[in-house]
Amino acid sequence: MKPNNALIGSPIERLEDLRFTRGRGEYVDDLTRVGLLHATILRSSVAHGRIRSIDADAARILPHVHSVFTAADIGNPVPIIPMRLHPLPELQPFEQPVMAYDKVRYVGEPIAIVLAESAAIAEDALAAIAVDIEPLPAVTGCGGSDERLFDAHGTNLALTYTAAKGDAAAAFADAPYTRREKFAVQRHTALPMEPRGVMAEWDTARGRLTVWGAAKVPFFNRRILARQIGLPEASIELVENDVGGGFGARGEFYPEDFLIPFAARRVGRPVKWIEDRREHLMAINHARESECDIEIACSRDGTILALRGHAATNMGAYLRTNGAVGARNIVQFMSGPYRVPNIDLTVSMWMTNKTPVGTYRGPGRFETDFFRERLFDMVARDLGIDRVEFRRRNLVAPTEMPYALATITPYEHKDELDSGDYQTTLDRCLQEIGWKEKIALNGKETDGRYHGLAVGCFVEGGAAGPKETARLVLEPNGSFSVYVGSSAVGQGLETAFAQIAGDALEVPLERISGVFHGSTAHVSDGYGSYHSRAVVMGGSAILDAAANLRTRIRVEAAARFDCAPEQVELVAGGTAVGPQGKSIAFSELAGDGLSAEGTFFNKKHTWGYGAHAAHVSVDPKTGQVDLIDYMAVEDCGRVINPLMLHGQVIGAVVQGLGGAFLEHLVYDEQGQLLTGSLADYLVPTASDFPRIRAQVMGTHPSPINPLGAKGAGEGGIIPVGGVMANAVAAALSSFGVEPHALPLTPPTIWQLMEPARR
Amino acid sequence: MSVPLHFEVNGKPVAIEVEPRLTLADCLRHRLRLTGTHVGCEHGVCGACTVLVDGDAVRACLMLAVQAEGAKVVTIEGLSHDAHLTPLQASFRKHHALQCGFCTPGMITTAHALLSEEPHCDAARVREVLSGNLCRCTGYVSIVEAVLAARVAYQKKDGPGA
Repeated sequence: MKPNNALIGSPIERLEDLRFTRGRGEYVDDLTRVGLLHATILRSSVAHGRIRSIDADAARILPHVHSVFTAADIGNPVPIIPMRLHPLPELQPFEQPVMAYDKVRYVGEPIAIVLAESAAIAEDALAAIAVDIEPLPAVTGCGGSDERLFDAHGTNLALTYTAAKGDAAAAFADAPYTRREKFAVQRHTALPMEPRGVMAEWDTARGRLTVWGAAKVPFFNRRILARQIGLPEASIELVENDVGGGFGARGEFYPEDFLIPFAARRVGRPVKWIEDRREHLMAINHARESECDIEIACSRDGTILALRGHAATNMGAYLRTNGAVGARNIVQFMSGPYRVPNIDLTVSMWMTNKTPVGTYRGPGRFETDFFRERLFDMVARDLGIDRVEFRRRNLVAPTEMPYALATITPYEHKDELDSGDYQTTLDRCLQEIGWKEKIALNGKETDGRYHGLAVGCFVEGGAAGPKETARLVLEPNGSFSVYVGSSAVGQGLETAFAQIAGDALEVPLERISGVFHGSTAHVSDGYGSYHSRAVVMGGSAILDAAANLRTRIRVEAAARFDCAPEQVELVAGGTAVGPQGKSIAFSELAGDGLSAEGTFFNKKHTWGYGAHAAHVSVDPKTGQVDLIDYMAVEDCGRVINPLMLHGQVIGAVVQGLGGAFLEHLVYDEQGQLLTGSLADYLVPTASDFPRIRAQVMGTHPSPINPLGAKGAGEGGIIPVGGVMANAVAAALSSFGVEPHALPLTPPTIWQLMEPARR
Repeated sequence: MSVPLHFEVNGKPVAIEVEPRLTLADCLRHRLRLTGTHVGCEHGVCGACTVLVDGDAVRACLMLAVQAEGAKVVTIEGLSHDAHLTPLQASFRKHHALQCGFCTPGMITTAHALLSEEPHCDAARVREVLSGNLCRCTGYVSIVEAVLAARVAYQKKDGPGA
């Protein structure tokens, strides 16, 4: 069905904000239960070692300490956390146990859990647990090492993915021009402002487990927990509360998602654990750490002929639920929005003694766009072709859609760009930044600072399948409730879904009485929010549910009118009209609540696309970069709420700027995390990047879903690293500066300028 | 060991016994159940726990509850009404100055303290003052716009900062 267009596309102020601006959100740490115990986790202070012994007796007898559990108390075998995405059998040996039992493999790995009457007492008790660990040499980098993380596995190499298309070897053999470069992106992380938290309660009489603090993928996590803890899924409810940011990292199944429910069931009292920031930085998924050695082949006119090379990703100590996503994306999406007929790329995933990695907004895409766009600027200069023109010549044209990307093996995964006119966003971006006027400044010094401009293009995949479920209820008062399997992580889901439901049901926003999401009690099955999928998948499921509910309303009305359902017309606003002008309000048809479920299945991905441009100035004396202007343009197909999308694009850009300039999880050679606080791990503040602009276009609706929407919200971060590095290179071209790695800290840039100074 | 604590929270007198090591943030959240004040880092960097202590914006995670003896503390709950949003809150909503909402109470208390003192401040001043409050969602652009747009309410004699 085609919804009308009253709400969709309007910049409607968010429904969520009525509670959030007044401090009335309900995040997991805002909850409490009678008889609550507080948990803390003893974490390994050693990056790599063999556990000789753990003695918790002294902790157990401390006043107000309830209990201490180690792996020995959990049972044999200690449950393993399975992979959610790309669960290849080759990767299973590297999955994480919920608690270390023989070896510790990263600083921060759980060793014991303490329950006490207060969080402070539980923290005190950690110091009373004696852990004897025989230290082993730490493996911190990719590549060969004599030291093995997994004794049974002869190498620290977990798997190598291949991305292939055409015949790269042949293309390189005949190529008139090639260039080969090495690049690297540093380890950083999503850093949601709300630390993680889990609260669990076991109801002995009913045999039911309730777990609060779920996010992102509660249905999947319930499946894991049910298997690990030995309960049927129906006996477990995961409750999604307000969630203080996700960005890919929060809501995946972590050790604590087992440990807290386990402890609550074991002791028969409710248990809550709230992560502190220090443990967050060593426990939540890290991301992005990767390097590559890649080569491009072009014709003299700048037509790209082929890409080949190798990338390596530093996976940390275990393969977590979505740990493989970043690596595979690096090679599958290195071609981005460009026509690359021949591709032969591999990426090797190396296990190291660092915190395990997972997805962070634009996983793999941020990294690979940095690699690609950096390389493009070098190539364009070699060939004497304008950087913009080089990109124009190689952008995939609308007539080439759908356009096949490289195929990933293992397991032969194909993907294709769905639709769009990539030149239009590039044009708009250049126009908005004032490229023509500003380009005269490029590489020039004014007032002691060197100016540089850069532009880059990107695509953003979204709408992962396989399906989503929604349920709409016509309430007795004539309003509608929306239940959906998508999850809210702060992105404004309730507002977007109320808009979609309102249009689909032809009622004003006020008649949508509530949007209930995430929790496992709401719908029969849910797939949550990742891969920019919620609006497309959940929204399309709502359309289906609305059509089904409207059919039910017709049937109910027909029974009252004594006519056929086809004779009933549903009038906007909530009235059913039958033959001879008979009419009845929806509220009178609702009974105790009239309900219909809907689903949306999807095997393809949506592809938002766009271009970013930036103007920077660099202080040659300090290497400090001033971002003078930043313009992001993205076409996301049909836009549901331009106010929200605009804000998400800008927010994503600034996160990307953090990755480009500031954020770095630094380890020493012993595998010790050196950036364990927000004073060490720097994220952008309000004074860092004042001028960020965004424009959202909706000119090319996605052909693969009834809304015409495309996944959005990740695109804003994807090109930022490449654009910033190219802008710095452009500014400092007279110094021959060519950044090959992020982050672009002042000392790094200063050092890149050093050779020219000598 | 507990010690007595007398202070005023959101205009109401409070008399409780607290452990000396209890932070003001934990006291507000877990003893007084004022959960609008959020804790994001516990080391004074993120600003999510900002409350007003005798009118000044203060990090409640860096202050012990016992240090609030005799003070007037205002939290986001004390800056809110049931019936309507304040001009600052409405401006945050209008400008989409929040997404996940976790930093928002700290942002609003900080901005309220700023606008109460300096209702004519400019964008650079807003950015300077808000630079002690981390937001991971918005990129700050809309927050600065929201605060600037709310200045007009604070410029009135009987405005929210009066």
